[in-house]
Amino acid sequence: MVTLRLRRLLFAGFLALGAGAAEPPAGVGAGSAFPKLSSFDLSGGAVPETAGRVVLVDFWASWCAPCKASFPAYGRLQARFGPSGFVIVAVSVDESPAAYAAFVARQKPAFATVNDRGHALVGAVQVPTMPTCFVLDRKGTVRFVHAGFRGEQTERELGSEIEALLAEGKGAP
Amino acid sequence: MKARRAAFFAAMGLAAVLLCGCASTPAARVKPWERGALADETMNPDRDSLASAMIEHVFFSREAATGGHGVGGSGCGCN
Repeated sequence: MVTLRLRRLLFAGFLALGAGAAEPPAGVGAGSAFPKLSSFDLSGGAVPETAGRVVLVDFWASWCAPCKASFPAYGRLQARFGPSGFVIVAVSVDESPAAYAAFVARQKPAFATVNDRGHALVGAVQVPTMPTCFVLDRKGTVRFVHAGFRGEQTERELGSEIEALLAEGKGAP
Repeated sequence: MKARRAAFFAAMGLAAVLLCGCASTPAARVKPWERGALADETMNPDRDSLASAMIEHVFFSREAATGGHGVGGSGCGCN
């Protein structure tokens, strides 16, 4: 009888362990404040002024094909909404500064790029996949998260989200 | 009987320790931003078509169970 109880207890313990293993890690999501970019050691470029602006923070890597596909779309968004107070900060997670520099030289992005070589920022944010972009409102709160890049669909969604966030700030001091 | 019970609990204890190791796996899982090495071309097992064709040929020639990769054969090495 005791053995049966112990067996049940052990079985329940195993189930609990399994449940713990399936738990996803906590990260930055919609509604939470995005970490201050200036408090991280980001190399390879300057972080643009983001205060009071709608910001898109994109996490990319030179070895990530969808990241490469996303760059022209981000360029178009920057050109379209930049004059209205929108800025893009594209954060590379490349461990090799040479790979980062080569990618930037090839793509020639029309927006700011920086390298989070030590993975301090991306580790704090805990992106679910590569690429992932966070759309922040003028107060620096994450409003939208896009995990992955799905071409025109993502570009269209980002366009309408940025437009809405820019409209929110109109009339504010 | 007591020895069997002791062996059972020892086995369960060992399994619990091993499962604890499994439970801590997410902490050791490769994060999405750490997959640069995995995305490297050298990690692609099919990067050399000639080598792949040779390995495939050896496999279906030597594999005695069934005809591999859609080719009939049974290990005679004559394909």
